[in-house]
Amino acid sequence: MHRTKVTVVEEALDANNTIATANRADFDRDGVKVVNFMSAPGAGKTTLLERVVGELPGVRVGVLEGDVQGSLDADRLASLHVPVTQLNTDPSFGGECHLDANMVRSAIPSLPLDQIDLLIVENVGNLVCPAEFRIGEDARVMVCAVTEGEDKPLKYPLMFRTCELVLVNKIDLLPHLEFDLDRLLYNIDQVHPDVETILLSGRTGEGVGAWREWLSGIATREEAIA
Amino acid sequence: MHELSLSSAIVNTVAKHADGRRVTVVNLRVGRLRQVVPDTLEFYFEFVARDTVCEGARLKQEVIEPRLRCNPCGREWEIEVPAFRCPTCRGSDFEIACGDEFEVESIEVEEAECIARR
Repeated sequence: MHRTKVTVVEEALDANNTIATANRADFDRDGVKVVNFMSAPGAGKTTLLERVVGELPGVRVGVLEGDVQGSLDADRLASLHVPVTQLNTDPSFGGECHLDANMVRSAIPSLPLDQIDLLIVENVGNLVCPAEFRIGEDARVMVCAVTEGEDKPLKYPLMFRTCELVLVNKIDLLPHLEFDLDRLLYNIDQVHPDVETILLSGRTGEGVGAWREWLSGIATREEAIA
Repeated sequence: MHELSLSSAIVNTVAKHADGRRVTVVNLRVGRLRQVVPDTLEFYFEFVARDTVCEGARLKQEVIEPRLRCNPCGREWEIEVPAFRCPTCRGSDFEIACGDEFEVESIEVEEAECIARR
């Protein structure tokens, strides 16, 4: 028995990225744009979707709902008369904390791709793992609620760095919080210089118009960002 | 906690190249920007490696410090905290020269000796 060194030089997540590319090809075939929608638990993803999915003129929206367990979020969105597909991550090691390309791939047969223009994938609430795994999306969007604190971009830079839009949510609560909004925006800019941000409130609807317009823009975007 | 999934990705990548041979060492290059916790990765790797060619293999991690390059002004700089604006021109158009890797660089495997017989 002797030992040999084998040179590999391969990105360990290549397998995921290959599947993500295959997903992307499937979405492109039906002309469906895909948004990977991420945040910490409780930042307001589902509420911000409820606010817009039924009100994008000329854009047919579908939602893929990723959760560790249950269909509470999917049930909320289904009442808005948009097609919602549930994807639970629990069959493996106590529930994956994110969606990866393969999980999304497994859901593709049950997605009505020929009947929608825009698929919003609501990822599992988590600021770490989802950032690492591409799923075949055109754009990545995250929600950061002002209740989370100004330092979150510095603690979870990978997430902030890989999103092209940051929704700063729950701004209706600002009068009740000791929260420095300028500090948060400065920290976001440190981690992702010039990234687009929208200040809004899922509860009062303030700023939601800009979020709606941004989504409409994605649905009709010509050049997709990989 | 993404270290569990990352460990599986390592084992799958290694298995592809090991060709059934037992793996004794996995040399991994990890950029600091990937936010990987080395001890956690090692812990999960040992767990995920069970019953695979990687069982008992040592995971050696080389940490790569992030280095950025500003496209407009050409400045290259290293960062120690996640602040990505160019220190010279304050621009936002930069490339990551290194520090973003999560790469299996090489593996060491055990080969059975071939005993030639006449």
